[in-house]
Amino acid sequence: MHRKLLTVITEEALERPLIKIINEAGARGYTVTEAWGSGRRGARAAGIEQGANIRVEVICEEDMAWQIAEILHQRYFKDFAMVLYLSDVQVIRGEKF
Amino acid sequence: MGIDPVILFFILGVVAGAVKADLHLPKAVYELLTVLLLLSIGLKGGVELADSDLLRILPSLGVIALKGVVLGLIAFGLLRLSRKLPRADAASIAAHYGSVSVGTFAVAMAYLEHQGIPFEGHAAAWVVVLEIPAILLGVLLVRGLRPSIGWAGLSREVFLGKGVVLLLGGLLIGLLAGPVAVEPLEPLFFDAFRGVLALFLLEMGLVAASRAGGLREHGLFIAFFGIAFPLIGAVVGGLVAWMLGLSLGGAVLLVSLSASASYIAAPAAMRLSVPEANPSLSLTASLALTFPFNVVIGVPLYHHTLAAIYPVTGG
Repeated sequence: MHRKLLTVITEEALERPLIKIINEAGARGYTVTEAWGSGRRGARAAGIEQGANIRVEVICEEDMAWQIAEILHQRYFKDFAMVLYLSDVQVIRGEKF
Repeated sequence: MGIDPVILFFILGVVAGAVKADLHLPKAVYELLTVLLLLSIGLKGGVELADSDLLRILPSLGVIALKGVVLGLIAFGLLRLSRKLPRADAASIAAHYGSVSVGTFAVAMAYLEHQGIPFEGHAAAWVVVLEIPAILLGVLLVRGLRPSIGWAGLSREVFLGKGVVLLLGGLLIGLLAGPVAVEPLEPLFFDAFRGVLALFLLEMGLVAASRAGGLREHGLFIAFFGIAFPLIGAVVGGLVAWMLGLSLGGAVLLVSLSASASYIAAPAAMRLSVPEANPSLSLTASLALTFPFNVVIGVPLYHHTLAAIYPVTGG
């Protein structure tokens, strides 16, 4: 069964607001992991909290994925370090997502 | 008296970071060290508070909180006058410098203990009341009465940050339990304090070194501010200490706090409340300049200056 995987790599400070948006959109779940790397806004270490990155993943229906992506785009792209992408995934238990 | 070894740990961290040595503490360890420092300071203050007159202390806490706001306003005014920074950046830096650094407080406390200088036991409460007001001021200066994450979100960031929760929690535990009941905890929270502080400073040295790159990016102005403003803060703190009739040790603590800049509560709150402010600007100033300056030079400088000019009031 086909679903969208929405991956957001962004600043740790955004964890709480991001999860709120995901929940409000009606997603059934999400996964947060620590992340580090380098990009246009500079290298981000995972050590001290300011500057740490998280990676948030949501598997959901395509409409919902786009809807979340659009909200994040409008609210956060300008001022925050954020990388966001959608990919096609196949899941076994479609009713779960 | 030789140089305090905890300061040497900080310098080791800076050097190791500068030469890119293969050394870093895991995030969880850094967090545990912060938690231990906050609880140690809180508990110590609470135990001392148990023996003192709370009502007599309250007005002085109000004055000290107000000092945080005044210092934030001075920082904002100076930064705006310089015409170097947009309003949001100036307000964010003002929030950092009006607020305080627990790490600097811990270093000043360890310094006083090392020198055998007594200080007011309830000084930990100063950290609590100084941490918050300037952050609120910073948001007000940009957003007026409408912070972008709403007042509920902002108060959560400000009042439920780990600094306030653990300092206040430690104070209350110490106050409720009293000195005798806290005794079994002393090996971890009091006796190990300097060891914990040494490890914490090692990590802070690494952080300071990693932030130093920001100096090239942001230029001389922010470098100048990161060293010069603590001195202004120190003078304001010294005046307040004198006004309140604090002991010499208490004055050194309040001056060190006034010279310090937040790097935990303020960055987290400002990032969400004033997202357009560049977080790297205030963190570079606070972590790469002000913190190292205070730890290595500031605290002893404030002590020697105060010892020379501060009238002995008896505390």
